[in-house]
Amino acid sequence: MTTITTRTDARTAFGYADLPALLSRMTGDEKHSNAATSTLDVLWVLYNRVLRVSPQTAQDPGRDRFYLSKGHGPMAYYAILVAHGFFPVDWLDTWASFDSALGFHPDRTLVPGVEISSGSLGHGLPMAVGSAIGLRAQGLDARVVVLVGDAELDEGSNHEAIEVAAAFGLDNLTVVVIDNASTSYRVPDRIAARFATEGWEVASVDGRDHDQLETALSHRTNRPTVVVAAVEEKWS
Amino acid sequence: MTDPRRVFADTAVSLVEDDLSAALVYAEISGQFFGDAARRHPERIINVGIREQLLVSVGAGLALTGMRPIVHTFASFLIERAFEQIKLGFGHQDVGGVLVSSGASFDISAGGRTHQAPGDVALVDTVPGFRIHVPGHADEVEAVLRQAVAGSGRDYIRVHAAQNSLAYPVTPGRFHVVRRGSAATVVAVGPMLDPVLAAVADLDVSVLYANTVRPFDAHGLREVLDRPDVVLVEPYLCGTSSHLVAAALRDLPHRQLALGVGRHELRRYGTPEDHAAAHGMDPVGIRRSVTAFLAARAAA
Repeated sequence: MTTITTRTDARTAFGYADLPALLSRMTGDEKHSNAATSTLDVLWVLYNRVLRVSPQTAQDPGRDRFYLSKGHGPMAYYAILVAHGFFPVDWLDTWASFDSALGFHPDRTLVPGVEISSGSLGHGLPMAVGSAIGLRAQGLDARVVVLVGDAELDEGSNHEAIEVAAAFGLDNLTVVVIDNASTSYRVPDRIAARFATEGWEVASVDGRDHDQLETALSHRTNRPTVVVAAVEEKWS
Repeated sequence: MTDPRRVFADTAVSLVEDDLSAALVYAEISGQFFGDAARRHPERIINVGIREQLLVSVGAGLALTGMRPIVHTFASFLIERAFEQIKLGFGHQDVGGVLVSSGASFDISAGGRTHQAPGDVALVDTVPGFRIHVPGHADEVEAVLRQAVAGSGRDYIRVHAAQNSLAYPVTPGRFHVVRRGSAATVVAVGPMLDPVLAAVADLDVSVLYANTVRPFDAHGLREVLDRPDVVLVEPYLCGTSSHLVAAALRDLPHRQLALGVGRHELRRYGTPEDHAAAHGMDPVGIRRSVTAFLAARAAA
């Protein structure tokens, strides 16, 4: 069975247009590289339109989970959490200082709304498999969405997870791959083919197109889903 | 006597049967004990195949949803192969879980170095918040597993094939006083108690028994300490708890002898008893070391 769920009623303290200014509070720059914003649109669509989670439900057992596995360059993540009210905007001004809750890699014990502490690559998806199993075992109708980078898939731990997620039919698990062609030894279309071989539902979309992202990220079937979100190439 | 590994398996299954929040994750190893129960509880008895990184991370992921995972395979694969998964999945995420290994330092002696993990306790000891249990009897395996699963913290349970003749209660943070003497205090960890008691039968030493070694009972050690000479006998890497003995006695001039598995690789097969003897961990070797340690004090 295929279902489409959408969510467009999120109340936000800041809008999409405010995100560059929020990023600037951390970077000090007016303009930002593609690398700094490669995840920006996917994250916006997830929090604004897809995930059933808010600051009020951030502790609910049945909330949707978002795991930022690729913890590098988390400015966009922090900005979007601020925009959705998870923590105060002025936290951004002191980020990465000794007393700040916000580091170059996010810490779930310090930042409201952050579900996993990440930074070392290849941990988020394997943990997400465990969480998807755990939610299903508890009869909770919640999803786990995990964001990885294309180069992060170099890590072999992901492939253990990709195989088992499909074997277990984890229909509550979605992986979104930010593909900025940053992996060494790149093979075009390998990512989609890899997941498809294991039996995942596969969608390839423009990682800057909000409607495409919303449709793909909201789509659920009876098996795990991967959304390959192509963005500007890192080295171009 | 009952096989401690079998007792672990049966207890784990019983806990999953009785507690809806408990889950057992394994990676083929010990599957012969779990098969029937796994068919009854496919959602909570989970075989991830030969994928140890995933094994540990699935445990962490379950804990993130509020479940209590029991994560099991051989010590070499659970702790050494997937160590970063333990450090980040449990320590850095700050979630609880119960890791249970079998195989110990050289239970699989004929299997060679690939299946031997004398360094496991030292590694786990670097991750904040882990209680480390070294049950020396099958009954202690059951007791400590039930206690650990009922809790919410991080527990590592090292299941050995070797056992002592008597089981002691599981009292984390508290060592057991087995006998009192005045020449030195011997701390015997897990299945080292019977070899220690045989080795020091006619020596005037105190013997403490630890079936939980983290937290380390520094207070208990100080309470029985007469002469400040301590012998630490651990069934894993020699000296793993030496820093805690030193910390417990930091205000006292003291001597310490640490016995356990050496750092060199034997490259031998044979039996666990052969390996214990080669590392000086059998009664003869322990007696030789302790006697020399006591004599060195007398000569000084």
